Amino acid sequence: MSGPRAGRLSFTLSSTMESVGEVEAAADKLAGEAGLDEDERFHVAMAVREAAVNAVLHGNEYDPAKKITASFENTGKALIFTISDQGKGLDPETLPDPLAPENLLRGTGRGIFLIRSFMDEVHFRQLHPGTELTLVKHLAPAAE
Amino acid sequence: MALTISSRDVDGVTVLDLSGRITLGEGSVQLRDAIRDLISKGQKGILLNLGDVNYIDSSGLGELVSAYTTAKNQGAALKLLSLTKKVHDLLQLTKLYTVFDIYDDEASAIASFK
Repeated sequence: MSGPRAGRLSFTLSSTMESVGEVEAAADKLAGEAGLDEDERFHVAMAVREAAVNAVLHGNEYDPAKKITASFENTGKALIFTISDQGKGLDPETLPDPLAPENLLRGTGRGIFLIRSFMDEVHFRQLHPGTELTLVKHLAPAAE
Repeated sequence: MALTISSRDVDGVTVLDLSGRITLGEGSVQLRDAIRDLISKGQKGILLNLGDVNYIDSSGLGELVSAYTTAKNQGAALKLLSLTKKVHDLLQLTKLYTVFDIYDDEASAIASFK
């Protein structure tokens, strides 16, 4: 792990479940420090965990030669989490709807749905190779 | 916290008391193995007590669904007991609340298998 630097945490990690746990714990800590309530903190940490799982499992496919990178930032107005992999790329438009009746009994396919449900903004960027996910949680303005 | 699973028999129903997290790498495989073991032994009624499970990720949700379909395909029934608020909310969000039979008290859950 490298960082923190200038309010931003940056990580370059191997493609392992230990990395997922590390990223999740850091996201939970940042969400707590930003003053999110328990439910919001839980949602943010879970969304970041799901993004990291996607990067490690579906993106890099546990390839030890490939890394995941993550950067976390509290801008004062929002928490911004960026997680990228070096995999073959993900087209979010092709993902099946996990709420469709024909998909309810599928054992997979809920990760991106949970991320979208729990965050205010989710952006995908193709890196060639790899995918970058940016997750944004807006922060409520501080009380006057 | 990793998942711990303990098993007990109540009126012919196997109750699995789960505690911890059901996530990729931390509990999904244990749960899958426990269910497959019960099914292979011919158990027809399985009740998953989730009262001490505070965290399930997308992989864990998938494992619950797989456990349900595995049981159903083998002529067994798998039901859920005592959801925490977080797990309840996740099942509602993902519409899995409509898939499972879910109970708040054990006696009612056990009776439902008869």
